[in-house]
Amino acid sequence: MQKKRDALPDRGAVIGCLAGFAVLAMLGGVLNSHLISLLTIVFLFTFIGQSWSIMLGLGGQLSIGHALFVGIGAYSVAVLDIRYGLSPWFGLVVGMALAAIVGATLAWLSFRFEVRGIYFALLTIAAAEFARVVFSGWEFVGAMQGLFFPAHSGPNSFWMLRGDARFYYFVSLAAVLLGVSATALIRQSFLGYVWRAMRDDEDASRALGVRTFLHKILVVSFSGAWAAIGGGLLALVQGSVFPDSIMGMGISVDILVGPIVGGLGTAFGPLIGTLITLPLDHLASAIGNKFGIPGLNNVGYGLALIAVVWLLPDGIWPAIVNSAKSITRFSWFGNLRMEQVKK
Amino acid sequence: MTDLLELDGVSRRFGGLLAVDNVSFRLKCEGITALVGPNGAGKTTCFNLIAGALPPTQGSIRFGGEIISGFPAEDICRLGIGRTFQVVRPMRDMTVLENVMIGAFSWTRKVSEARDAAREALDMVGLGPKADAAISKLTLPDRKMLETAKALSTRPRLLLLDEVMAGLRPPEAAAVVAVLRRLAERGLSILLVEHVMRIVMEAAEHVIVLHHGAKIAEGTPRYIVSHPEVVAGYLGEGFSA
Repeated sequence: MQKKRDALPDRGAVIGCLAGFAVLAMLGGVLNSHLISLLTIVFLFTFIGQSWSIMLGLGGQLSIGHALFVGIGAYSVAVLDIRYGLSPWFGLVVGMALAAIVGATLAWLSFRFEVRGIYFALLTIAAAEFARVVFSGWEFVGAMQGLFFPAHSGPNSFWMLRGDARFYYFVSLAAVLLGVSATALIRQSFLGYVWRAMRDDEDASRALGVRTFLHKILVVSFSGAWAAIGGGLLALVQGSVFPDSIMGMGISVDILVGPIVGGLGTAFGPLIGTLITLPLDHLASAIGNKFGIPGLNNVGYGLALIAVVWLLPDGIWPAIVNSAKSITRFSWFGNLRMEQVKK
Repeated sequence: MTDLLELDGVSRRFGGLLAVDNVSFRLKCEGITALVGPNGAGKTTCFNLIAGALPPTQGSIRFGGEIISGFPAEDICRLGIGRTFQVVRPMRDMTVLENVMIGAFSWTRKVSEARDAAREALDMVGLGPKADAAISKLTLPDRKMLETAKALSTRPRLLLLDEVMAGLRPPEAAAVVAVLRRLAERGLSILLVEHVMRIVMEAAEHVIVLHHGAKIAEGTPRYIVSHPEVVAGYLGEGFSA
């Protein structure tokens, strides 16, 4: 019988992953500034998408208001940096903590009163919209006028997280690598198993001793804190924060398309999905502008989603993994061929 | 010595329906006990009350001397009561082994420890060779045993089995009975919901009969089949004749 390698990802996968990231890092040295900016945004949305993907793909909790956590992270960094001159690192930590608390509170309130599934998703929208409206009227955080980071000049500073476009390219690429590793590690840990069980059948997992109430709060809180880091980085890259752009429904939707297309709850799904959908969105947007068809990008999103749900319901990444598995089995392990055929 | 499980005047009402009506019984620390009765007698409800899936409307349930009625299911599991579901509920996305590991995570957070415990539980029910299979590849008897292995991996002192033999052919059911006997010999206490009387006669040392939610008789299998009320209400007149 074939030995299941489940303790650690197998060596081939790790090497492939590192090679992929090495290529992306080298691209950072040679691409033109337009592509660098585009990929930076792709990486940041991948990173935020990974947090959303953990929450739904492993924890089974749907959020359509993840912009709430993104906004909390973005504003924490912006306020502490612009108003108090503190390093964005503090802002990231504060944003994480705030988002974790907000997420835990939201989840606690919701699950305490048995608000589940799609109703919880509606609650996340309501919370995000509420926060957006509050921030729009709050002078201290710039209200509708937003907050602007002072223009950066001088050398790249890792401590102040300020630098040129290429600097942010590498920062966000590092974030994605972190996100991929964290997802892979969580999937293989106690939390990953328990969360997947809870996602598949809540009552059955409770009968097996899973404290689902606690774990649902934990996964929302964890995902929120993760998204807040992404929000903080996004604020720095954009150089400004506005309630409508950083906390709007648009952000919540942009986050979830990549992971769905790429493969929910998988380590690479959000990256693959966002690499495909976001440039597609920009391209469709540019074509739409050129020919005077506004909203063409949304049509593109819609088509991408329909195509994936139709053709590869588990997402692109799981499809790649499955076909790769059958190819390697055929070529490397001739003796497994019969087993393959029998299936 | 205190009894392992003690139900005292337990009732459960669903609106106008009294599903479990003032049921009291005690379980000793080892052996196989069967809870029998016709459809709708309140067997599964009684099970759900013990396992904490539902709180009782009235009465108290003690486990190892401590009150557990009203506790949530996950706490009751952690105290040492493992249960299966009548309709098997595997996590379809996971392998057989991973399914069983979930139960072990109630007492450990180490993946390697959970994996060892899950293999052990699968070996106990004879599913060891299928540990890495996908759920969709399992036959019905295998699925029933998977449910049992999942409950076993939580390391229970009391195992609640809800119709694990329903829908099985006689030789398959006999294999399950053999597994249950082995578990009982290891000191596990088993409470079995079952309505195939022949299996109950074969497997259980003690039988509790429910009818319309109330307990109508309790005793050895031999005693139960000769009990006039049981014969009239459940087995039918033909059984004694």
